[in-house]
Amino acid sequence: MKLIFEEDKEGRQGFSYGASDVPAAKPLPEKYRRKEQASLPSLSELDVVRHFTNLSRLNFSVDTNFYPLGSCTMKYNPKFTERVAAFEGFSQMHPLLPQLSGGGMLAQGSLEVLYGLEKLLSEITGMSAFTLQPMAGAHGELTGAMLIAAYHKKRGDRRKYVIVPDSSHGTNPSSAAIAGYEIKVIPTGPDGYMDLEEYRKNLNTDVAAVMLTCPDTLGIFNPRIKEIADMAHAAGALMYYDGANLNALLGKARPGDIGFDLMHINLHKTFGTPHGGGGPGAGPVGVSSALEPFLPISRVIRRADGTFALDYNYPESIGYIAPFYGNFGVLLKAYAYILALGKEGLIRTAEIAVLNANYCLARLKKYYELPFDKVCMHECVFSASKQAENGVHALDIAKYLIDRGFHPPTIYFPMIVKEALMIEPTETESKETLDAFIDIMIEIAALAKDDPSAVTRAPLNTPVKRLDETRAARQPDLRWKRP
Amino acid sequence: MNYIPHTAEDISRMLSVIGVKEIDDLFKDIPASLRPKSFDLPAAKSEFEVTRSLRLLSGKNASGLVNFVGAGFYDHFIPAAVDSLSGRAEFYTAYTPYQPECSQGWLQAIYEYQSIICELTGMDVSNASLYDGGTALFEAMMIALRQTGRKKVILDSGVSLIYRTMLYTYTSNLSIEFVEIPVAHGQSCRKELLKYLDDKTAAVVFQNPNFFGAVDDYSDMVEEVHRRGALAVASVYPVSLGMLKTPGEMGFDIATGEGQSLGIPLSFGGPYLGFMAVRNDLLRQMPGRIVGATVDSEGRRGFVLTLQTREQHIRRHKATSNICSNEALCALRAAIFISLLGRGGFRELAERNYQKAEFAKDVLSRIEGVEVKRSSPTFNEFTVCLPCRADEAVNRMVEKGFACGFPLGRFYKGMDNYLLIAVTEKRTKEEIRRLADSLEAVI
Amino acid sequence: MDILKDLFYTKDHEWARIEGNSAYVGITEYAAHSLGDITFVELPKPGEALKQESYCATVESVKAASEVYAPFSGKVISVNSQLSSNPELVNQSPYDKGYFFLMELSDPAEKARLMDAESYRKYTEGLSK
Repeated sequence: MKLIFEEDKEGRQGFSYGASDVPAAKPLPEKYRRKEQASLPSLSELDVVRHFTNLSRLNFSVDTNFYPLGSCTMKYNPKFTERVAAFEGFSQMHPLLPQLSGGGMLAQGSLEVLYGLEKLLSEITGMSAFTLQPMAGAHGELTGAMLIAAYHKKRGDRRKYVIVPDSSHGTNPSSAAIAGYEIKVIPTGPDGYMDLEEYRKNLNTDVAAVMLTCPDTLGIFNPRIKEIADMAHAAGALMYYDGANLNALLGKARPGDIGFDLMHINLHKTFGTPHGGGGPGAGPVGVSSALEPFLPISRVIRRADGTFALDYNYPESIGYIAPFYGNFGVLLKAYAYILALGKEGLIRTAEIAVLNANYCLARLKKYYELPFDKVCMHECVFSASKQAENGVHALDIAKYLIDRGFHPPTIYFPMIVKEALMIEPTETESKETLDAFIDIMIEIAALAKDDPSAVTRAPLNTPVKRLDETRAARQPDLRWKRP
Repeated sequence: MNYIPHTAEDISRMLSVIGVKEIDDLFKDIPASLRPKSFDLPAAKSEFEVTRSLRLLSGKNASGLVNFVGAGFYDHFIPAAVDSLSGRAEFYTAYTPYQPECSQGWLQAIYEYQSIICELTGMDVSNASLYDGGTALFEAMMIALRQTGRKKVILDSGVSLIYRTMLYTYTSNLSIEFVEIPVAHGQSCRKELLKYLDDKTAAVVFQNPNFFGAVDDYSDMVEEVHRRGALAVASVYPVSLGMLKTPGEMGFDIATGEGQSLGIPLSFGGPYLGFMAVRNDLLRQMPGRIVGATVDSEGRRGFVLTLQTREQHIRRHKATSNICSNEALCALRAAIFISLLGRGGFRELAERNYQKAEFAKDVLSRIEGVEVKRSSPTFNEFTVCLPCRADEAVNRMVEKGFACGFPLGRFYKGMDNYLLIAVTEKRTKEEIRRLADSLEAVI
Repeated sequence: MDILKDLFYTKDHEWARIEGNSAYVGITEYAAHSLGDITFVELPKPGEALKQESYCATVESVKAASEVYAPFSGKVISVNSQLSSNPELVNQSPYDKGYFFLMELSDPAEKARLMDAESYRKYTEGLSK
C-alpha cells in the first residue's frame, strides 16, 4: 500500500474550516513564524478514508481473529463501553474544570466514576486504596517502585535491592531501576516455581521489595506464595504484585489477602478495555493502608453530603505521575465493564479463562513439550523444542498460524523456556474456536515431523512475507522524507 | 451480562478432556486459606442498565459550558472521520504489532504518524508516541542526563507547572539538581538563563507558547545552551506549529509535547498523546517504540517495530526507560486528523486560532478594569489582569454558562488577579462577545 | 566454530590478542553466532579506564542486546571506527576486521585468569550440551 504522503495531490484538502467570522488580525512578526512549511499529506476526505480503511484491513484483531497472546489477555472488548466513553458529558470535559468552581461541583459525574472504580478495584483485589493515574501497566510498575522507595525513605531505611524471578516481565526490573534500585534475579527451579532456597539466601534487610506475578508467567500458581510473602515481610521487604495475570484470580484469590502490599492492574487486559494497537491502556496501582499516605495526588473523596471532591491534602504523597486523574476514557470503560459483569460475571471469567487454557494444555501436550506438567491457570506455556530439532522454531510456528488466520501465541517469553509458546485463550473464546486452533497446532506438529519446510517457509498468504528486521535495524528508515 | 459463550455441554465436554470433574478442581492449587476474605461486588447488570446509569452520571458533568480554558489542553473541533476511522475494530482491538505480517496496517499508520510529527516539529526522527506530554518531557530530560553525564537541569518557569511537578515526582529518587528561571513580561528571561547555564548543565527546557501563552524565538538561547555542551529540550503545542517557528528551526535537540489537540477529545484528563522527536544523533537514546521500513523476502516494502533492543523487554534493567507501550490509538487519531486537514487545513487551523484570540483580546481590552497583557506576542492563549480575584470572577462566570479561563493564582504566587484565556477555532464571534459582556457584568 | 590459537578467551566469549603491552579485544565467533545478525555496537571511548570483567561495551542484534566485559584492566587506546557503519563485520570477521578496540594493559599478569584456545574450545563444547 502507498504511504499517505505518496497519495498527496497539491490543491486537495479533506477538511476545511469555512469562512472566518472574525476580522483578520495583524500577523505575528516574521521572526516567530516558521519559514519552512510542513510537508503534510493533502488528500480528499474520501482518499483519506480509503487509505486508513484499507490499512485497517491489513491487521489481525480480536474482532477478526483468535488472538491467544499469552500475558496480554486479548479478550472481547464489549462495544457498549465505546458508546459510554463517547457520551459528550464525559468526552467533552476539560480536566481543569474542577479547578474552576470549588469542590469539583462541575465534574460530579466523572468524579463519581473515579471514586466508584477505585472502590470496586479495591474490593476485587483486597487492597485498601488505588491510584488511577498510571497510564499503562509499566507506568503502574514505575509508580509502585516509587511508592516502595517513599515507604522505606520514610522509615529512614534506604534499601538497595528489588528481587525478581528470572521469569518476570521485562518492565519489572526496568521500572525498579528507574526508581533507583538494583535488581537481584532468582532462578526458577525445575518444578516451575521460584527457587525458594535462592530466594531465602538473597532476602535480607537490604531488599526493598519482591516483585512477582501470580500466577507466574508460566501460568502456574505457586501454592507457597503466602510463605514467600511472609518471608519478605519478616525481612522488612514489601511484596509487589504484577497484575498481568489477574484474569486467573478474579473471585478465587485476592492479592491483598495473599500478602501483597501493592500491585498494579492492566485494565486493558483483565477489565476488557481495548488494546488499541498498543495503547492507550491504564495501570491503576492498589496499596495496603500502610502505603496509602504515599499515593499520588489528587485523590477523589466523598464528602458527608454525598458529593465528590478532589483532595490534595496528603503531605507524604509522591506527587503527580500523570497530568491529571489518569486515562479517564479508559477508566470509564473498565468501570462500565465491571458493572456489567458484576460479582458472578467476574468469578465466571476466571473460571472459564482457566478452563479454556487447561483444555488447550490437555489437548496439545501430546504434541508439544510441556516444560512443567501441572495444571495451569489462565495461560499455558509449551516449548517447541521437539519441533526445533527438525528446524521448525517457535517463530516458524507463529508465521504458519498467521497464514491460517490465527494470531500466534506469545513466543520466546518467558525467557527461561526455550522456544516458548505462551497460549492465553481468555474466557470469551468458544470451544469451537479453541478446537480450530488446536487442530492447526496439531497439524503443525505433524508437518514439523514430515515436511518442515511447509512451516519454515510461512507465511505465504499475508500482504508481506517475512521482513528483513536486520536491515531495519542496521539501516534505519523511520520516516517519509520529501524527495 | 458477560461475554462467555460456553454452554453447560461445552463445559462438561472440556472437563472430561482435561480429566477433572469440575471447574473448582482446576483451582486446587489455591489453598482454602488464600480464598477471598470478601468479594462483595454488585450483581451483574444488563447493557441497557449500565448504559442508562452511566448516561445519567454523564449528565452530572458541566460539559456544556462555553470553554475558554486551555492551559495545555484545548477544545478543538474533531472531524467525524477521525472517530469513524479510528473506531474501526481492526485498529482498536488489535495488539501491539509484534507480528508484522499480520499488522502492516498498524505499522504503516505509525510510520506515517512518525513522519507527520517530524514535519510538524521540523526534527529528524520521531518515536511511536509516549503516554502524554509530561512523561515525554521527563523522557527527554533523561536522554539529556544520559547523553551528557551531567546532573543539572534548568527549567524555564514558562513550562507548565503540571509538567514541572511531574518531573519532580519522577526524579525524586535520582540525584538531579533543578534550577527554575523566572519569566519576564511573559517571555523567557535570557539574563537569568545565562546566570545559571554552565558546564554542569545537562539540559535546558523551554515551552512554546509558554504556559502564559507567550510566543518566543528561542534560537539565540539554544545557541548558548549548545555552547555549554548541554541539550536544549522543547515542549510545544502542535496546533501552533501551523504558524510558529518550529523547534527544529530553532535548533532544539529534542522536541516533545502534548498531541491531544490533534483530534483527541479532552476526556477529563486522558487518554492523551505524548510525542517526541529528536535529532538524528540521539536516535538510539530515544525511548518507546519505533517503526521502521524495510523489505520482505520478495523485495516488497513492509514495516516492522525496530531498534527494540533499547527497550525493556530485551535490555531489562539496562533499558533506556521502562516504557512498554505507546498511545497507538491516539497517535492514529492524530495521523488521521492531520491527513484530513492537509497542508492547507493545518495552516487554516493555526490562522483561525490566532485570529479568534486576537479578536478576543481586542474585545476584552475594551472592558474597563480589564488589562490584556500585550508585552509578548501570543498564539491562541493570553493573560488578562482583572480588577478582582480571577477565581471569584471565574466562579461567577460559570453561573453564566462560561468556563472563562484558568485562574493563574492557582499555580503562580502573586497572580491572583490573572486569568489565562484560550480561544480556539470552535469559539464563535458571538460566544466571544458574550464572554466579554458577561465578564464586564461580573467584575 | 573458529577458535584462533594465539588468542586468549573469557567465559563471556570475549577474545584478546596480546601485542606487547596492549591487546586487541573483540567477541568470538561463538558469541556472534548466538546473537545473530549484529545491528549495532556501542564502544567505549578512547582514554576510558577499564577493569577486568567489568562492563565495557554493548553488542546489539535484532532480538538481543549483550554486554561485553573487558578481558583485562587498562585504558582504551583506540576503537574500531568501521563498526558504526558496518556492524556486520562482527559476524563476517569477528577476530580480525570486526575487532572492537585496542587497549593498553595495566597488569599483563591478569592473563592468568583467561583461557587459552584449547580450554575455550572445551568450554564452548560443554555449553552446547
